[in-house]
Amino acid sequence: MSRLLQWLFGRLPIGWLQLTHSRPRFAAALAGVAFANVLVFVQLGIMNSMATATLKPYEFFQTDIMISASDANSMSEGSNVARQWLFQALADQDVIGGTGLFIAIVDWARETDNLALTTYGIDPTLPQFLSPSMARKTSTLQLPNAGILDMFSRGLPREEAAAIRPQTPTSLEVLGTKLTLYDTFQGGGGFGVDGYMMLSDQTFLTLFPKRSSAAPNHILLQVARGADPDVVAARLRELISDKTLRIRSFAQAAAEDQSYQQTERPTGIIFGFGVIIGMLVGIVIVYQVLSTDVADHLSEYATFKAMGYPQSFFLGIVFEEALILAILGFVPGFFVASGLLVGMKAATGLPLAMTANMAAMVFIGTLVACSASGAIATRRLATADPADLF
Amino acid sequence: MSEDTPIAVTGLNHWFGTGEARKQAIFDVNLHVKRGSLTILMGPSGSGKTTVLTLMGCLRDVQDGSINLMGHELNGADHALNESLRRRLGFIFQAHNLHGSLTALQNVLMGLQVHGLPDRQAQHDAARYALSLVGLADRMGYLPANLSGGQKQRVAVARALVGNPDVIFADEPTAALDSESGMTVVKMLKKLGQKRGTTTVMVTHDDRILELADRIVTLEDGRIAHDTAPYHD
Repeated sequence: MSRLLQWLFGRLPIGWLQLTHSRPRFAAALAGVAFANVLVFVQLGIMNSMATATLKPYEFFQTDIMISASDANSMSEGSNVARQWLFQALADQDVIGGTGLFIAIVDWARETDNLALTTYGIDPTLPQFLSPSMARKTSTLQLPNAGILDMFSRGLPREEAAAIRPQTPTSLEVLGTKLTLYDTFQGGGGFGVDGYMMLSDQTFLTLFPKRSSAAPNHILLQVARGADPDVVAARLRELISDKTLRIRSFAQAAAEDQSYQQTERPTGIIFGFGVIIGMLVGIVIVYQVLSTDVADHLSEYATFKAMGYPQSFFLGIVFEEALILAILGFVPGFFVASGLLVGMKAATGLPLAMTANMAAMVFIGTLVACSASGAIATRRLATADPADLF
Repeated sequence: MSEDTPIAVTGLNHWFGTGEARKQAIFDVNLHVKRGSLTILMGPSGSGKTTVLTLMGCLRDVQDGSINLMGHELNGADHALNESLRRRLGFIFQAHNLHGSLTALQNVLMGLQVHGLPDRQAQHDAARYALSLVGLADRMGYLPANLSGGQKQRVAVARALVGNPDVIFADEPTAALDSESGMTVVKMLKKLGQKRGTTTVMVTHDDRILELADRIVTLEDGRIAHDTAPYHD
């Protein structure tokens, strides 16, 4: 390692030699950086899982534009929308079809626990509004009181989910109505609910008799091939009389939902702070290590100053140390955090995972944080006065 | 300034502190040092000898008077000039100041790397040679913690010599050495002066080495009280 660094720097790797001179202190410093990395990774993992869970339901549908009520900050929030706006929207030359989407939370009381399922009511005769994998399963939804269930619902044993087939359906009683589940699809638990269920709009309205077919939660629209959904959405905002409606492309709605969850919901803000605190902890640890190291070597640095070494040489040593701590601290932090995320995923059913993007972000963040700590620590170098050596 | 006089101090005054606490430490010091000579600065503690040494070694700014070092005026010299001049000097400190994380060889290499020489093998050869000169050929891979006080000082000497400095400033270089080692070090410096023309200015209280000096300057209360080869205008 020493030779490699000497070859890289073209000089003795003094930073490396200083850091490794005291192995216990070096190990403690690396453990500190790794700990900060784990903190950031876990917080980022949770934030990412929130984003994944937020965007998950958007994957179930295949649509270009979504019309929602003004208070619909996310797909599962907000008031209903009058179906009449669907017909107004269909007047636009580029809108080729539309349908209503009904959403509610259904509690499935099981023997062992309760599952909270976000339940969607859609028109099963319009499978083109569903993702291809989901569309293949909509034929069963045309049966009365039929549903298909998220196989990854939290609390639902895998073998039980795997047994749900059109030939071997299972049933559940919800709100006094017996539903038959004929098939499953891939979803996954989120922060607010345990999983998802898909019903026909008619079955949905049977479950929720107070809901009206004239007032879905959202209106989904498809535009003609080649038409830009953003352009059509802008046109619809002019066309539709109710100016309070949120008429957005589906992609924009998903992005705004994600942003809302991460920046306006308490959970998102808390985990965002967690990332910042992890970074600050890392900066403080590395600063402490580097500034102590500089203080311990002031007389040596003063000697080098007397010998004519320029200030850049000393800055180089401190940054060399900062980079070594960043790189070598990142590696154990990465592996520990990966293991923790796997364990947390198993325990919570949340879509927690180490991603390449996260790893790259944290690695770059670690380099920046360690460099920042190094930059602050270099202020102590000014106190290395060679005249004091005599 | 003659090439035979690498150090010329004229009318040097120096103060420490500011305001009411400001106190003059050096009074009208005049000292011309010949090339290749071994000059010893003596005097009681607080007499100003170390201050004069640090001023000549570009480690303090000259406030009043003149120091001409190797043809460069230090009064008003900027940081870059001081730094570049220091690369042509060798320093030997009383407390050796070796880097604790570096081996003896690496410490000596630091005396060479400051010059930015590209040939790594040549640097290693020179450092090994310098260590063998001070009798430490078998201790090159040792960390300072594993060397005796005398061995550390000899590494410091090797570090000061390895870059072929024009002038060596030494502060009590024999204080941590036994009589024989101390004489060896000073003889080595003396020999360097004779062979390479290296000038040495040394602060010491060690009477044992006075016989090797070409010149002895005694300071008292910031003034030159006695000079075996006084400077005259």
